[in-house]
Amino acid sequence: MSDALNIIQDPTLTYRQELVGLARLGESTDDSLRYSDAYYAAKARGALCDLNEGVMPFRPRYICPDYELLFRKGCDFLQLDPPKDLLEAVNVLEIFYCHVPSITTYPVYLGDLDKLLEPFVIKEDREYAKKVLRLFLRNIDRVQTDSFVHADIGPEDSVTARILLELTEEMQLAVPNLTLRYDPEKTSDDFALACVRCMLKTAKPSFANHRMFVREWGDRYAIASCYNGLMIGGGGYTLPRMRLYECALDAKSPEDFLDRELPKYIDLQLEYMDKRVKFIVEESSFFKTNFLVTEGFVKRENFIGMFGVVGLAECCNHLLGITDVKKGFGLNPEATRLGRRIMDAIEKRVSEHVAPYCDAFDHHYRLHAQVGIDTDGMDDSPGTRIPIGAEPAMLDQLEVNEQFHPYFPTGTGDIFKFEETWVKTPEAVLPIIKGSLSRGLRYFSGYLENNDVVRVTGYLVKKSEIEKLRQKKQSLNQVTLYGMGAQDGGHALDRRVQAYE
Amino acid sequence: MNKAPVNKIIPFSNVDGPGNRTSIFFQGCSFRCQFCHNPETIRLCVHCGACVPGCPVHALRQDADGQVRWDPKACVQCDACLKACPHSASPRIRWMTVEEVLLEIRRSLPYIEGITTSGGDCTLYPAFLTELFTRVHEAGKTCLIDGNGALDFRSHPQLLSACDGVMLDVKAVDPAWSMQLIGNDGTSVLQSLKYLLQAGKLAEVRTVIFPGRDRENAETVRYTAARIGDRCPYKIIRYRPFGVREEFQAFLGEDTTDAAYAESYARLARDAGASKAYVI
Repeated sequence: MSDALNIIQDPTLTYRQELVGLARLGESTDDSLRYSDAYYAAKARGALCDLNEGVMPFRPRYICPDYELLFRKGCDFLQLDPPKDLLEAVNVLEIFYCHVPSITTYPVYLGDLDKLLEPFVIKEDREYAKKVLRLFLRNIDRVQTDSFVHADIGPEDSVTARILLELTEEMQLAVPNLTLRYDPEKTSDDFALACVRCMLKTAKPSFANHRMFVREWGDRYAIASCYNGLMIGGGGYTLPRMRLYECALDAKSPEDFLDRELPKYIDLQLEYMDKRVKFIVEESSFFKTNFLVTEGFVKRENFIGMFGVVGLAECCNHLLGITDVKKGFGLNPEATRLGRRIMDAIEKRVSEHVAPYCDAFDHHYRLHAQVGIDTDGMDDSPGTRIPIGAEPAMLDQLEVNEQFHPYFPTGTGDIFKFEETWVKTPEAVLPIIKGSLSRGLRYFSGYLENNDVVRVTGYLVKKSEIEKLRQKKQSLNQVTLYGMGAQDGGHALDRRVQAYE
Repeated sequence: MNKAPVNKIIPFSNVDGPGNRTSIFFQGCSFRCQFCHNPETIRLCVHCGACVPGCPVHALRQDADGQVRWDPKACVQCDACLKACPHSASPRIRWMTVEEVLLEIRRSLPYIEGITTSGGDCTLYPAFLTELFTRVHEAGKTCLIDGNGALDFRSHPQLLSACDGVMLDVKAVDPAWSMQLIGNDGTSVLQSLKYLLQAGKLAEVRTVIFPGRDRENAETVRYTAARIGDRCPYKIIRYRPFGVREEFQAFLGEDTTDAAYAESYARLARDAGASKAYVI
C-alpha cells in the first residue's frame, strides 16, 4: 500500500490533515537539494533530525508578521483597509491569519493581541467587547486548528488581556497557545496572579522572561509556536536538531565526545542549515513574491536559523555510564556539570560559524532547546530537560533550568504539573515563577493534573481529544496526534506532580 | 550554641500560611491530640532502639553509647521506623543550629515570601525561633509561627516582636472536652488567642470540626468567632481519619466530617462575627 493511500484511508485524519499529509508527501518527491554523504549517514543513525521539515522548503519554518503594520497600513494583496473598530480589527486578523504560512501550514504567531486590540476594545462596552473576542477566539480554535498557533500578552496589564484571560478560562480551548511576557517592573502582581489563576485552570498562559528576551532581541520579539523566541516582522528559517544521545553513542569518553564527535555533528548540522537557508532565500519564491515580503509584513533580515538540540540529559548519562536516570543529569552534579561543558562547546562553535542571511544577528544562528517529537520515545528528553520520571523536587529542578535556559535565545522552557490544592493558592505559585525568572529561567509553564487542557511538551492538547483518536475518531486539532504519541512513547503527561511532601 | 530538634524542612509549601513558604517542622509537643496527623513529632527519641532492626536500608544504628543514629543519605523515607516507634517519636531528627537551618533554607529564599515554623510545637524553642526570625528578616522574608498555643507569649516579648504573626489552632473551648481531645484543658490556648489578638499578631485561627460532635463544635466555633471577628481568617477544617493512629480512630470515629456539616459551622462562625471564616 502506498503512503498516499495510507493517508487517504486513515479514518482519524480530517480532510485538512489529509491535505497537509499529501502535500508533505508531494514535496518529498524532489531531492535536488542535496547534502553531504556524512550528513545523510548522521541522519540515518538518528544523530541529526530534520523534524520532517520537508526536503524542498518553500517557506520559512516560522513566520511572525508585523501586525501593527497591518493595522496601520492595511494589506493591498488581501484588500484590507486599516481597521476602524473592534469588529473590523478581528475580521482583518481572521482573514490575514489564513494567509500566513508555516511548517504546520497554520500561523504560529497571532500577534501581541492585547496591544493590537486594546485601542479598539476600550472604545466599546466591556460586555460587547468580550462577546466579539469570544467569537474571535472561537474562530481561531475552529479555523487555525493547530496547537502551535500562539498569541502573546503583557508585560503591562490591559482591559483586553483581562478579557482574554476570562475567555481562556471559560472556553477551555487548546488553541491558541498563550504567553505572558513577564517583567517585574512592568507586570503588576495583580495581573500576574490573574495569569497564574488562568494557567491553573487552562494550562495557559506560560510566563516568558521579558527582560532576558529584550536583552537578546530588543523589544520587538515574539513568542511563537511552543516557546520560540523570534523577531516580529521576521521569523525562523529552519529548525533541525542534534539528538545528543545518539551523537554520543560512538564516543569513548566525555573528552572524546567533546573533542571529536560533538564538533563533527555540529558542523554537519550547520552545513544542513546553511544549504536550507540559502535555498529558502535564493531559490524558493517566498522572499521574492509573497505579499508578506513585498508589503513589508516580514523582512528577510529579521529571520534567523534555529540550531536545535535535544537529549542533553541522556547524552550526559550515557557518557558517564549512568543507567539510573534518578542518579543522572539534573540530580547528579557531575552529570549536570558535563551538560554545562557540552552546551558551552555547542554555543561556542555555533557562534563561530558565519551563517548566511543572518546579518541582523551578527551572522550567527541561535540555539533552540527543541521540545521533542512524538517518535523520540524515552531516548532523548526535550532540550535540556530532566527526564520525566526522574524530576527532583521543584526547587532543584528550577535551579537546573536556571543554568541551562540562558543558552537558548530562540526558545526553551520547562513544565510543572500541579495538584489540586494549588488552584486555591495562586499567590503561592507566583513567587516561585518570579524567583526563578529573576535567576535565569527563560520560560515557565504549568498546568493542573486533573485538567482536560494539558501541556504535553510545549504545546497544548485536550486529553478528551486524545481519547477520541484512541477510539479511531477524528480530532479537529492536528496536534492531538502528537500528544498521543508523546504520551504513549515518552510518558509526557506523567511528569512529577507538585504536591505537599 | 543554641540548637533545636528539627523533624524536617519543606522548601516549598502552599499550605503553611500566605504565599509560597519554607516550612520548618520542630520535634516535640506538649499536647497529646487524639487526632494528631503527624504523631511522630510529639516526643523526643529515648534511644530505646526499637526502630533499628526494622530499617530496610540500615540507615539506623544503635552505637555503643546507646544512642540511635540516623544516616540521612542512606534513608529512603519509607517510614518503617515511625511505625515501629512506641513513643510517638522519630529517629530521623536533626539537632540543628540557627546557622545550619539558615544554610539549608538559603536556596529557597528567592522563591518564597517567608518561612513558617511548625511542628510538633515550634514554640517549645522560643530562643531559637527569636534568633532564626531575626536572621530571616535580615534577608527580607517574613516569619510565621504555626503554634498550638501552649506557650505564654507574654513571657516572650522578643519572640513576638521578631515574628510577623502566629497561626493558632483553637481545638476545644470546653475544658473537659479539651482534656479528652488534646490531653490539656486548653486554658493556655484561649489565653494565647486573647493576647495575640491584643498584640495584633494573630495571622489565622483554625478549628477542626468533628462528625457528630454538635455541642462541642458549636461551642468552640462560637467562642472563637466572636473573639477574632474580622481581624484574621478563620479556617474551618474537616476532620479526616487518614493518618490518625488507629487507637484514636475508635474515639473520634472513622468518618470524615461531611462537607455540608463543616460548611454549617463556617456560616455559624460568620454569623458570630468572624467575617473571614471558610472551610478549607
